[in-house]
Amino acid sequence: MDVKETVLSILNDLTGEDLSDRMDEDLFATGLMDSMDTVQLVLELQEQLEVDIPVSEFDRKQWATPNMIITRVKELQ
Amino acid sequence: MPSMQPYTDPRYFCILLLALAPLVLGLLRGRRHRNYESIVSLVFIVLMFAGPKWQQGVSLIVYVAWQFGLICAYAHYRKHNNAGWVYYLTLFAVILPLAIVKITPAVAGGQPSLIGFLGISYLSFKAIGTLMEMRDGAIKELRPLLYLSFLLFMPTISSGPIDRYRHFAKSYDNAPSRDKYLDMLSHGVRYLFQGFLYKYIIGYYFGTILLPIVARRALLDRAAAGGTGISLALVAYMYVYSMYLFFDFAGYSLFAVSVSNFMGIDTPMNFNQPFRAKNIKDFWNRWHMSLSFWFRDYVFMRITFFTMKHRWFKKRVHISQFAYLCNFLIMGFWHGVTWYYITYGIFHACAIIINDIWLRFKKGKKLPSNRWTNALAIFVTFNVVCFSFLIFSGFLNKLWFTTAIR
Repeated sequence: MDVKETVLSILNDLTGEDLSDRMDEDLFATGLMDSMDTVQLVLELQEQLEVDIPVSEFDRKQWATPNMIITRVKELQ
Repeated sequence: MPSMQPYTDPRYFCILLLALAPLVLGLLRGRRHRNYESIVSLVFIVLMFAGPKWQQGVSLIVYVAWQFGLICAYAHYRKHNNAGWVYYLTLFAVILPLAIVKITPAVAGGQPSLIGFLGISYLSFKAIGTLMEMRDGAIKELRPLLYLSFLLFMPTISSGPIDRYRHFAKSYDNAPSRDKYLDMLSHGVRYLFQGFLYKYIIGYYFGTILLPIVARRALLDRAAAGGTGISLALVAYMYVYSMYLFFDFAGYSLFAVSVSNFMGIDTPMNFNQPFRAKNIKDFWNRWHMSLSFWFRDYVFMRITFFTMKHRWFKKRVHISQFAYLCNFLIMGFWHGVTWYYITYGIFHACAIIINDIWLRFKKGKKLPSNRWTNALAIFVTFNVVCFSFLIFSGFLNKLWFTTAIR
């Protein structure tokens, strides 16, 4: 699985929705994600993609949409 | 020489704006005069603690030296090492002065601690946040002088809003472009006058004129409802106090943001129409935002992360409930070690946990959502919040546990 598929499957688990056609939706503004989901997302990314994201690097503005998450993960890999 | 408290009288604003004028002129030309800025900051901090408050001034100097020494030592250590125990020990030392100041009155019969000073909480929040980000590796290179300017940034020193080191550095390192700065100035002027309206007109009306009246009535009615003191006057007190608390503090925060804007520094806003919140979660995203986001990022998220990683709980729900409880308990203790602040913390923890249960219950169900349900949500949230402020005000302590009418 590539980064995009992995991120989308994690997000699918967290939000219960398929976001593949809503890649630019703001997950925090729409209430799909909250702080808890954020932490789980960070842990899942660590486990599945082996990217290390310190909690204080998690600026909501940079991780708001599926596309942004994928970009950030690729940067950190 | 009398001391000058920030944002308390017209004279203060006049002197401050005059002192900032050269800075404003410089910024209009795209230059940031950092030395002058530091001097102005220092002079106004000295004025805060001049005269009868000199002891607090001494405490501030010792405190800043303590935090400065700790962070520089940790920065030096963190370059090549990253042991957990060194971090926790440093964290303990960074929190220690604040903890002493908060615990002293509770064990010394209301006597304030000798090492306390106005603003110690807000300086501690900045110091703790910076240390945690260094541990995370998010701050790679700590610049000692910048850290000092950040800690001692005058507009926000006594009561926030709480900025973050990296965010402050971004503002401080660059002078804003002329267009950006003009925009900041125009917002700054608006916030200044909005602050006057909030703090000195509306806040004054609720806090100085109405509040003593309803307080007196409520105390006269203390035998009401079987000795519980629940009376119409008490309900009135609850709403009046809530209004006062918001307008006074929001006004103060607006001044701090306004003055920061004049200095070309982007300080985060503290309030976003909190009484229009649709639930308690929403409320904490709108009320004293720089504090609640600080708690979210440095307390809640870290507790959640830690408990998830070490699998303390099987169910995710329990993790969040545990983290909420810790988060709001710590917030309660931070306000002060008294039964009403701690109850206030527990109350909000319960409220947000119930809120969470409701949101989960609602998920996926087709419940009606329209103008009326929205209005109902806002109404319920508003009343829950006002009730929490009644606890917070400490008035119940006076009503129930003191005998003489003061």
